[in-house]
Amino acid sequence: MNIGIIVFPGSNCDRDCAHVVSEVIGQTAHLIWHQDSSLNGMNAIILPGGFSYGDYLRTGSIARFSPIMEAVIDFAGRGGLVLGICNGCQILLEAGLLPGAMLRNKNVSFICEDVYVRVENADTPFTNTCQSGQVLRLPIAHADGNYYTDPVTLSALQANAQVVFRYCDKDGHSMPSMNPNGSIDNIAGIRNAKGNVLGLMPHPERCAEEILGNQDGRLIFTSLLASLIGNAALTV
Amino acid sequence: MTEDIKTLPPSHITPDLIQQHGLSEEEYTQIVTHLGREPNLTELGIFSVMWSEHCSYKSSRIHLKRLPTEGPHVVQGPGENAGAVDIGDGLAAVFKMESHNHPSFIEPFQGAATGVGGILRDIFTMGARPIALLNSLRFGELDTPHNRHLVKGVVSGISWYGNCIGVPTVGGEITFNDIYSKNPLVNVFCLGIVKKDRLLRGLAKGAGNQVLYIGAKTGRDGIHGATMASDSFDDASEKKRPNVQVGDPFLEKLLLEACLEFLEQDLLIGIQDMGAAGLTSSSCEMASRSGTGIELDVAKVPRREPDMTPYDVLLSESQERMLLVAQPGKEDAVLAVCRKWGIDAAVVGRVTDDGVLRIREGDQIVAEIPADAIAEGAPRYDRPSAPPQYQEILQALNLDTLPDVKDPVDALLQLLDCPTIASKRWVFRQYDYMVGTNTVVCPGSDAAVVRIKETGKALAMTTDGNSRYCLLHPYMGGGLAVAEAARNLVCSGAKPLGATDCLNFGNPERPDIMWQFIMAVEGIADACRAFDIPIVSGNVSLYNETNGLSIYPTPIIGMVGLIEREDDITTQWFKQPGDVVVLLGETREDIGGTEYLKIMHSREQGMPPWLDVEREQAVQQCALTLIQKGWVQSAHDCSEGGLLVTLAECCLTHPSTPLGATITLSQERLRLDALLFGESPSRIVLSVTEGNLAHVTQCIQDMEPKVPMSLLGHVTDTDTLAVTVQGEQHATARHLSWPITDLADRWHNGLTRQLGIEHS
Repeated sequence: MNIGIIVFPGSNCDRDCAHVVSEVIGQTAHLIWHQDSSLNGMNAIILPGGFSYGDYLRTGSIARFSPIMEAVIDFAGRGGLVLGICNGCQILLEAGLLPGAMLRNKNVSFICEDVYVRVENADTPFTNTCQSGQVLRLPIAHADGNYYTDPVTLSALQANAQVVFRYCDKDGHSMPSMNPNGSIDNIAGIRNAKGNVLGLMPHPERCAEEILGNQDGRLIFTSLLASLIGNAALTV
Repeated sequence: MTEDIKTLPPSHITPDLIQQHGLSEEEYTQIVTHLGREPNLTELGIFSVMWSEHCSYKSSRIHLKRLPTEGPHVVQGPGENAGAVDIGDGLAAVFKMESHNHPSFIEPFQGAATGVGGILRDIFTMGARPIALLNSLRFGELDTPHNRHLVKGVVSGISWYGNCIGVPTVGGEITFNDIYSKNPLVNVFCLGIVKKDRLLRGLAKGAGNQVLYIGAKTGRDGIHGATMASDSFDDASEKKRPNVQVGDPFLEKLLLEACLEFLEQDLLIGIQDMGAAGLTSSSCEMASRSGTGIELDVAKVPRREPDMTPYDVLLSESQERMLLVAQPGKEDAVLAVCRKWGIDAAVVGRVTDDGVLRIREGDQIVAEIPADAIAEGAPRYDRPSAPPQYQEILQALNLDTLPDVKDPVDALLQLLDCPTIASKRWVFRQYDYMVGTNTVVCPGSDAAVVRIKETGKALAMTTDGNSRYCLLHPYMGGGLAVAEAARNLVCSGAKPLGATDCLNFGNPERPDIMWQFIMAVEGIADACRAFDIPIVSGNVSLYNETNGLSIYPTPIIGMVGLIEREDDITTQWFKQPGDVVVLLGETREDIGGTEYLKIMHSREQGMPPWLDVEREQAVQQCALTLIQKGWVQSAHDCSEGGLLVTLAECCLTHPSTPLGATITLSQERLRLDALLFGESPSRIVLSVTEGNLAHVTQCIQDMEPKVPMSLLGHVTDTDTLAVTVQGEQHATARHLSWPITDLADRWHNGLTRQLGIEHS
């Protein structure tokens, strides 16, 4: 499978994602420059983490205007699988591919540490190799991961099973005290209504290999691969 | 200061003007000799920064020659942007440590951030992709709002710059002492990886080749930053805030990627970072190294503001700029890479063969100086040195009048609570230590371990230095810093390959400070020679003095080691109940200069622990052998706080499940405080499985030279650290115990409590 990883100026997890795509799930990773305009031949797209344009303005707000984003929006519109990780997730929000916005962490500092998340919906192209309710240990590394949306949108997200991950403790209890950044409803990741776009703040690519002491993140990539293999129609 | 200079007529160099430029009369006479005439103002400015202590190492250079810089692994020694060692498989590790002390005191956030930016540029100008940052920080005690402000500012500055550019900050160390209240230290270490045969250097070869400027536009920021960094402080130093530069990590990320593309496409002859003294130092150094000259036209330099004089442009320390010499015919390819990344670039001059740095502004020559005169011709001082009279008072510690510890249970809790020893999680949680997906051992063990994806090997790295030891005995302190750094690497499973040093001292014009410097350098040099660890790069920061009060002599050693096999990677925390706890090395009556003495007796005096280099080597060799045989579950060196703190850390620092331990110590003829909290070097606490114990004991007994070993007890799954101290002969044994939860509370929350921050 051909998996495209978009490189914005300031992306810094692009090579990490490419490493997992090629070395962990054995697929072909294509680094795609933000000024390109075509995603021809790609089976799925990853928007990686980093500090696109330095995040000097609101996170992701400039990257969203990169020429490649039109192609990404078009790709997603045709049902293509799009995964946004951290800054990639922020860009998906800014581009309107996912609802809501990211605020500054409640403690206003950058936070880098492992957290636990509960898989709320295992029936997505990004979580189909997980069990529903499964607890994953994943690292976060962000200053703006405090997800917010209005009550109406939140209800819709909840009703449509669009909340895919919630912060929780290691036994799967999703309590306010386990919320690292102040995110509404302990949300760590959401999908769009159609289900082909996922954004999450934790970094699954950072815990997909035995040597790194944690392989929980591998499940996100194996799920993506399983979806691509199982459903050729998703190849757009 | 610069305002005053500019308003004066350019050709009239007065004694005042010379003084304002930080030059002595004698130095001015030398300038006139070099030029064969009086300098103009621009030239005076150039000499001023290039002959500043910061750029010229004029007080330190003759002493630095003592450091061993060669060895079979050395690919690049001192004198380039950074040093490099061979790590096998055709790769080199490029690394260096640098200080950004003065700017960080004046403006902690930007001062620390631009320190990170500067060291990163030193690494990627060598063609290496930076893969790890570490930092050594020194602050005053946290009982004043200003010190807390400095800590928060420096940490968030490092976090902002390192996280944004996407190079993980994987480790380092922080200690606190009031001597740093008005002179905090920010030492930043960076390491990168490059193919050995592709190493780039700061060369300007080939007359006629074009010189290109790339990166940020030049502004008036940081003019005379290097001169400021070569001066001591007084209460008016706050006014120097405009001399501190402002960083742009996003631009630096673009520069980094562009530079690595230049390397990939083989476009360059040489490249140099514009750090201290900006365009001036980069051009002089490139020409001087290559035996060539450089002609620059300042009118072609991209600028951020109007009406800048040649003086401003040449002395600006605007960040994120590089000077490079393209291979003939490849200038357009360089410019194309810059366009791709959206970086300003301009051809600003050419290489010449006359050995002269010639600066034009359009058609007019505004400065003309032999490049060698500025770079290599800088003054060298053999400044007077003498041991201070207070040295004997400092070293005197009469143990007969020092009461032994009465309540060891409370003493351990107090030590774990003190910010120097307590967990630094509040700090490293703000650093992205995982980006790059190479960090195998995260912050919080003896050394950070970063894998090399291309080869399946790993590098361990650490920064260490105990300034109290150096104050009490600078020679011993220097040696102990080297020993501890090497010991930390060995505990991680690595064989040390090379080191970098960052030498932070007070005012070198004072004989006592100069004596501290010379002694510490000798201590470092002798220890490096004994351990066969070359110093491949480094930095000297002098004039760390405010209102006449100098910092403790603070040499910091950054060291890098190679771990050949993944299986050898070792961490400090106990792994499983039932494992046997083993101490390599021997506990002596080393109370002088300890953290215990400072915390419990408010005294910083005595002789520091004595380093026996042969013993140290034997202990390290023994530990590494055991690790490589696969018999070691955990390894942790004994340092600040002594054996009890080490044991507590072995119990507490497990990332998910802290364990307990049952320990028996034999007091023999030692004081109890020396046994529990003394800081004898050359000690490592190991844990091994019961099944491997016989192998381990046999192996240690077979070691030559002999390594003292004692079996201390077992790891347990209880919530208790229990320590039995067997007294001399028939004395009753003393039983000490701590709930692990109590130890954990002190250790986890000590720093945040003092910073006045609620948990998280």
